[in-house]
Amino acid sequence: MPESLYYFIQQLLNGLTVGSTYALIAIGYTMVYGIIGMINFAHGEIYMIGSYIAFIVIAALAMFGIESVPLLIFAAFVISMVVTSAYGYSIERVAYRPLRGGNRLIPLISAIGMSIFLQNLVRIAQGSRDIAMPSLITGGIDIGPQDAFHASLSYMQMIIFAVTLVSMVLLTLFISRSRMGRACRACAEDLKMTNLLGINTNGIIALTFVIGAALAAIAGVLLGMYYGVINPYIGFMAGLKAFTAAVLGGIGSIPGAVLGGLLLGVTEAITAGYFSTEYKDVVAFGLLILILLFRPSGILGRPEVEKV
Amino acid sequence: MIRANLKPAVISAVVVVVLSGLLMGVRLDQDGTNLSLVGAGPDVYWKIAIAATFIFFYNLFRDHLARLWQSMPGMPKTPTQLVEASKKPVLRQLFWCFLIALAILWPFISNRGGTDLATLVLIYVMLGLGLNIVVGLAGLLDLGYVGFYAVGAYGYALLAMYFDIGFWTGLISAGLLAALFGFLLGFPVLRLRGDYLAIVTLGFGEIIRILLNNMTWLTNGPNGIGGIPKPTLFGLEFSRKASEGMQSFHDFVGIDYSSEHRVMFLYLLALLLVLITLFVINRLLRMPIGRAWEALREDEIACRALGINPTAVKLSAFTIGASFAGFAGCFFAARQGFISPESFTFIESAIILAIVVLGGMGSQIGVILAAIIMTILPEMAREFNEYRMLLFGLMMVLMMIWRPQGLLPMNRPHLELRT
Repeated sequence: MPESLYYFIQQLLNGLTVGSTYALIAIGYTMVYGIIGMINFAHGEIYMIGSYIAFIVIAALAMFGIESVPLLIFAAFVISMVVTSAYGYSIERVAYRPLRGGNRLIPLISAIGMSIFLQNLVRIAQGSRDIAMPSLITGGIDIGPQDAFHASLSYMQMIIFAVTLVSMVLLTLFISRSRMGRACRACAEDLKMTNLLGINTNGIIALTFVIGAALAAIAGVLLGMYYGVINPYIGFMAGLKAFTAAVLGGIGSIPGAVLGGLLLGVTEAITAGYFSTEYKDVVAFGLLILILLFRPSGILGRPEVEKV
Repeated sequence: MIRANLKPAVISAVVVVVLSGLLMGVRLDQDGTNLSLVGAGPDVYWKIAIAATFIFFYNLFRDHLARLWQSMPGMPKTPTQLVEASKKPVLRQLFWCFLIALAILWPFISNRGGTDLATLVLIYVMLGLGLNIVVGLAGLLDLGYVGFYAVGAYGYALLAMYFDIGFWTGLISAGLLAALFGFLLGFPVLRLRGDYLAIVTLGFGEIIRILLNNMTWLTNGPNGIGGIPKPTLFGLEFSRKASEGMQSFHDFVGIDYSSEHRVMFLYLLALLLVLITLFVINRLLRMPIGRAWEALREDEIACRALGINPTAVKLSAFTIGASFAGFAGCFFAARQGFISPESFTFIESAIILAIVVLGGMGSQIGVILAAIIMTILPEMAREFNEYRMLLFGLMMVLMMIWRPQGLLPMNRPHLELRT
């Protein structure tokens, strides 16, 4: 039955598209968790801010009469990454650094406060209604017969795959090859010891927040253009989903975050495609609870040994 | 010293401009399908400039400020006699008696609006006390507490709608139902570490809300459920005309009907529930299980070494905390007469958590004080309504930085070695 096969392929493609952006956001969670062992609760809001900055940049450049689509998108990426990096850095400085070392719940609560603060800041500055943008990139290729039901892969989806892939490769190279990346891995292994060996661990922790924020901004730009609609509340759900993805793959592991993101995206798309769109969030969180029940360390995570 | 601070000061001022420039300096404007930008206006530019200047000078003179802060005369210390006196059990009992007497007399000295507001405060006190068991005593961060509140409220509303049960039966069933949900959720997730638990419970709260929103055949979806029966006093109704086979309160007592009676009754009922909650929690705290909660929060490994089963102890805290949310939810549904999923969003969870944190985790008098502050302040600052949540988030951050132990930290029973 080719028709149902094409339907399945379509759901799979949609799922992988959304899943790869989940993966980008999830990396931010997993990197921060890997080094300081805390969840950056305000990470979802960074993604939302990334989307807003992209829309603002594109609207501004369009007003100046710049029509070239690649230039618009490139500018949106660069400026949005710069601004969200500043947000990531500031969140670390304000809500995490002064509180490090105490009770674990305290930075988490301050990050929740930060998340509420940022959401309402954007709501007050930009209004709470939906903002829509006409899609910059249209068209795509068809998979299957032209005259009957077929799956289609839009150019926007291809761009999402390509950008995600490039970001992953660059991040992997950075972590595994560069001096800073080595320092990051050392911090994840043993923060105190790394500090004793003369590495500026405060700088490295700030760096992980910045990298995470920049990746979340990439996801924000991509998903903002893919859906074409944003509002100040999108960060909450996206953050929750990305965290689910990070846990699914094993928190602390970067390949795990990617795997978890793709898996979660596909699961959601299949649920939405075959059962009901309303329940896709329920299925996503149900999956999280199931994973934690049977394999708390995630798919690729190492089981954590508690030390006294 | 100033020269050394110049670079960080300039950097932080630039960061402030980067943070706010694009996001606040311009506003996206939707005109049909066209997207355009409008400037936010000179007042916003001034605000950004003032913020950047303030951060610049703050960082430039931070060492001077720190020294100034230290040389400032501190707050006058509470006299030792007063501290000693406040520890005397007789005085503490007197204080509590005075507080309770004031609370009972409140509806008779206040007007209708004041009583209504006080009822709302009491609902939050109950929720705060319930969450306090989970977060403050057992040290488990539960971000989906509003889910249990919703289960209680909807449990009563649905039972009343389909099986026609009264408030008192509903109260007990709602509490039991919420406890059951707490038990079922707690069972898989309580093996997790603190921050995992936070997110899973957050997901659970969202699942409950989404289900309530989408199971239209059962819960009427986003339209909510109306006509929930009001509480009765030993079968006496608080309405002008009693329904079939019932008697109304004013007929029974032989006074004229006044709608204020119901408001006062609801308030006193809420007060009763809060007092029961306080009593139960205080008893539990002195039982082995209460001691185990606190011990587990302090050191899980030591507890396991002493033969305490962490999962069972956590589960008990989770279940008992959830049941109080169920009671509060049932009362909320009965008071409002109408509920919809909109009353049970994450922000509600965050407010309850803020009450616990602001009051000082574990401290019951702190929770009561914080519930009063958190409910009354927004009512008083109506003109700041737009900035309410913004300030609320900011307060949570600043509170954690400056006073993580809360307004009135709990006095823990402890022994010290004297050397």
